[in-house]
Amino acid sequence: MGNPIISLEGIGKTFKVAKRAAGVRQAAKALFYRKHTFVEALKDISFTIREGEIAGYIGPNGAGKSTTIKVMCGILVPDEGDCKVMGYTPWKSRTAYVGNIGVVFGQRSQLWWDVPVIDSFELLRDIYKVPDTRYRKNLSMLTETLALADLIHVPVRQLSLGQRMRCEIAASLLHDPRILFLDEPTIGLDAASKIAVRQFIKTIHKEKGITVILTTHDMNDIEALAERILMIGKGSLLYDGSLDELRRRFGSSRTLTVDYRDCLRPVDIPGAVRHSWSPQQAVYTFDSAQISLTGVISQLSEQAEILDVAVDSKSVDELILQLYKEHQI
Amino acid sequence: MQLYLKYLSILFRSQMQYRTSFWLLTFGQFFIPFSVFAGLYFMFSRFGELQGWSFFETALCFGVIHMAFSLSECFVRGFDVFSSLVVSGEFDRLLVRPRSTIVQVLGSKFEFTRFGRLVQSAVVLGWALWNLPIAWTPLKVLTLMMMVAGGILIFAGIFILNATLCFWTVQGLEVGNLLTDGGREMAQYPLNIYHKRVTLFFTFIIPFGCVSYLPLLFLLDRTQGHGLLYALLPLAAILFLLPCLAVWQFGVRHYRSTGS
Repeated sequence: MGNPIISLEGIGKTFKVAKRAAGVRQAAKALFYRKHTFVEALKDISFTIREGEIAGYIGPNGAGKSTTIKVMCGILVPDEGDCKVMGYTPWKSRTAYVGNIGVVFGQRSQLWWDVPVIDSFELLRDIYKVPDTRYRKNLSMLTETLALADLIHVPVRQLSLGQRMRCEIAASLLHDPRILFLDEPTIGLDAASKIAVRQFIKTIHKEKGITVILTTHDMNDIEALAERILMIGKGSLLYDGSLDELRRRFGSSRTLTVDYRDCLRPVDIPGAVRHSWSPQQAVYTFDSAQISLTGVISQLSEQAEILDVAVDSKSVDELILQLYKEHQI
Repeated sequence: MQLYLKYLSILFRSQMQYRTSFWLLTFGQFFIPFSVFAGLYFMFSRFGELQGWSFFETALCFGVIHMAFSLSECFVRGFDVFSSLVVSGEFDRLLVRPRSTIVQVLGSKFEFTRFGRLVQSAVVLGWALWNLPIAWTPLKVLTLMMMVAGGILIFAGIFILNATLCFWTVQGLEVGNLLTDGGREMAQYPLNIYHKRVTLFFTFIIPFGCVSYLPLLFLLDRTQGHGLLYALLPLAAILFLLPCLAVWQFGVRHYRSTGS
């Protein structure tokens, strides 16, 4: 893992929001007089990201994900704190800085709608002043890894969402950025496209050693890509660690489903909770940190003739949900 | 500048995807100022002259202002419809690209259908010039070109000012149209026919007078001395545009600290 490439120190941002009440009358009143409330979008956010990391940035809607991304991209100036990305303060030297980053907003296109994709790529080449040889090398590499050959001569408006997203990601990599910001890159994609996009992000990360910051609501993205999770809620950073660590913390609970030959009495096992019982099947949950799986099964086999067992651990979705719950967000 | 041309090219290709609508709109744009001009024509055929100004002298003024207006609406359209960039969040996209916001906003939209209006005003201008007994000198040719160019800069300045307001209000305001459309309607006639205060406003605050009425005096040899001064007055448009650009930069800074 490389040197720190992004570091945020006590970033805070407060928005002034006009209060609006329902009804025409209130709206008319608001034309002349408005009450304002202050919303703390970010409170004392500090973290460091090292070169070559893939960090998943998660949190419920309105938690401050986009605001943080905007600060790191230089779109937004925070009220307090310091942010250094590759030695730049993003909002101070915007034009010098943004040539080094690629940004994909999943909900907004950066391609020109009515012209073939390749035309957009060429305009981006001129915007980023990419030298011709480098542009051609990058284009052929991206065309190959993303399987774009058939797409780049089609107008953007005729592409499916998945095809477009592949082109969007390619567009943001033409100028060899060192950091790639992906804001919900898989939103609205079908299963196949999601997997393709994830696969590509992995490939590009491996080949170019690019640092990736990814926001998403799809925990499968996180599971497939992120070595590290940053979770934000109500403007504060609540969790910063690896997915494995999260699993260790909350993920020791297991669900055991057992099928057996007719057993007339429910079997109780100390240390496990029985959720359902029928003469053929029972469902238990237990904490694998407290009691071992073999222990549970051996106790069961003393009482009944076991035909089949299935063990489930918690999905990442459930883990995150538990994390949200713990912080009451 | 090169980048601006690249934007121009890609948006022109986009526009050409919708050819029928392009031709219909262009056709429509040809006739909008046509009706205004017809009004001018019939007024003069009824009254003969307007406070000492002949029909063709006024038509010259009309042609210059409408040409400047149509060119600025075509090439500075990005600022005219800037509110849509802010509302849709597209402006954030511009901020993560390593170029100045001014070039990028200019390059975000062109209105090629204003070509129809341009042709119409060029015809009026040509007709007026053909019928006016102007003793042409190289300086007068230059002045005429500067009148149109200066007019474009003034309209551009107003569009930019109006766009800047979007940083505070998000939605577009009609205040700017008051100045562009209003200014256009005023400045298509020689300014001295109006009340003194109106004339002063459109000379010293928004210097439409400096690109239409005052250099027109020079073209027609009606100035009393200081001919050169009148000839070079269209340059005042630059003095108007510069503070507009400064206000824009201030607005961008405000946007980035509020994120509205």
